[in-house]
Amino acid sequence: MAPSLQLFAPNYPLSMTSLRTIYIPKVARLLFVILLTCHSWVTYAQEDLMDMLESTEKKETTYTKYTFKSTRIINGHSIETVAKKHLDFRISHRFGRVNSGAYNLWGLDQASMKLFFDYGLTDRLMAGVGRATTGKTYDGYAKYKLLRQSSGVRTMPVTVVVVGGTSVNTMKPIDETQPTLFVDRLTYFGQLLIARKFNERLSVQISPTVLHRNLTNTPYETNLVAAMGVGGRFKISKRTSLNAEYFYVLPNQIDPKFKNTLSVGVDIETGGHVFQLHFTNSLGMVERQFLTETTGAWGNGDIHYGFNMSRTFSFDKKAQKLTK
Amino acid sequence: MLVAGVFLTPSAKAQNLFIAQTSEIQFFSATPIEDIQASNKRVSSLLNTSSGEIVVKMNMKDFHFPNNLMEEHFNENYMESEKYPNATFKGKIQEAVDYGKDGTYAVSTKGVLTMHGVAKERILKGTLKISGNQILLSCNFDVPLADHKIDVPKIVIAKIAEVIAVKSQFSFVPYQKTAQK
Repeated sequence: MAPSLQLFAPNYPLSMTSLRTIYIPKVARLLFVILLTCHSWVTYAQEDLMDMLESTEKKETTYTKYTFKSTRIINGHSIETVAKKHLDFRISHRFGRVNSGAYNLWGLDQASMKLFFDYGLTDRLMAGVGRATTGKTYDGYAKYKLLRQSSGVRTMPVTVVVVGGTSVNTMKPIDETQPTLFVDRLTYFGQLLIARKFNERLSVQISPTVLHRNLTNTPYETNLVAAMGVGGRFKISKRTSLNAEYFYVLPNQIDPKFKNTLSVGVDIETGGHVFQLHFTNSLGMVERQFLTETTGAWGNGDIHYGFNMSRTFSFDKKAQKLTK
Repeated sequence: MLVAGVFLTPSAKAQNLFIAQTSEIQFFSATPIEDIQASNKRVSSLLNTSSGEIVVKMNMKDFHFPNNLMEEHFNENYMESEKYPNATFKGKIQEAVDYGKDGTYAVSTKGVLTMHGVAKERILKGTLKISGNQILLSCNFDVPLADHKIDVPKIVIAKIAEVIAVKSQFSFVPYQKTAQK
């Protein structure tokens, strides 16, 4: 008998056995059920209409907006793109070196300029063209938002953007008898921008960058240059922020006379414009120039005062009608 | 029987509840220099026809402008949408309306309008149009920016009206709790 008992009556856990032995009177059980239902009914009747409305809301994904005020942190691209059917017209200036003294009004006598026309093809894709004084350079670029920082149903900690572009230097050769081939004037670049808006005030971005020059400035340099950019903004009021940006060029690629570019400045937003005022050791405003051709050193006071001015125009006729 | 009765009560009550199937809130700021307008078509609302209670809730980021920069300024500078993501209205229709009878009724709703984190008691006048199971509510009112502590800097004061005109429209249908989810 003993072996069969072991087989057919498995050992119940202690708690289960004790539950089975507790006796609850039927009346008490019924009372308990009624109490429970009444309680839920009472809470239902007192339920606020606003709470009910909130319970009908579907869970959504909220995309983080306004990580930066502008499509550029200072010289380099930020993760922001121009909105669909909007044109961002930008004028940027870099003045001479502040250490050039009072005679040159601390650099203000000399100005180098760049014009930009950036257009939003979709809310995630932007394309632009530019023309810079330095090297009489024309450039074209496109920027696409691969991933957008979001919270809610779909959580994404960062925004990831890819940028690609090309530029051409159109300066006449010093010696007219030895013209530079068109292909030798070209430079390409590609960037991955990874940014996170930590809170309303602080946004940080890293920008791994590669650049290919068909012809280098000196024979000792590599055609392909890899660099890492770090930038960010800190809002000091609703309409102003402090910005900083640094590009570190990996060693043994460019001539040591070229320095890494560091820029610091403020973004000021007025009604329809964003003004970016800054100090930088780079005169150039094209990727090749501020990554591989910066000659100024902050330590020597080779600093340029400069500004970017951005004005956005909407060509979205559909949306304009929508609200009429 | 008693238990069954308790369970039936909420569903009988729910028949007096109406939910906004479609909605739109538009606002207008008119100045000699610039006209600004925006629209939000994702406003949610519930109406209790037996008590006359009405609640409205909207996400400020759902207001869309013809110009994206205006939208950015609206969220970043004026409404501070990260800090105050919603605007709400919680009120009660003052008049006794026979919701079983088709017709158009002028109504006034007394309640609290909360926007930019500031609650303000308001009486809003509107029109109720009942046709069968559908209730259309339209209501136009003004919002003075100062009422809700929305600051406009001096530099743009000429471009933004001090009082914003708001137009709202809701189309209510009977609320079925299970169908909504």
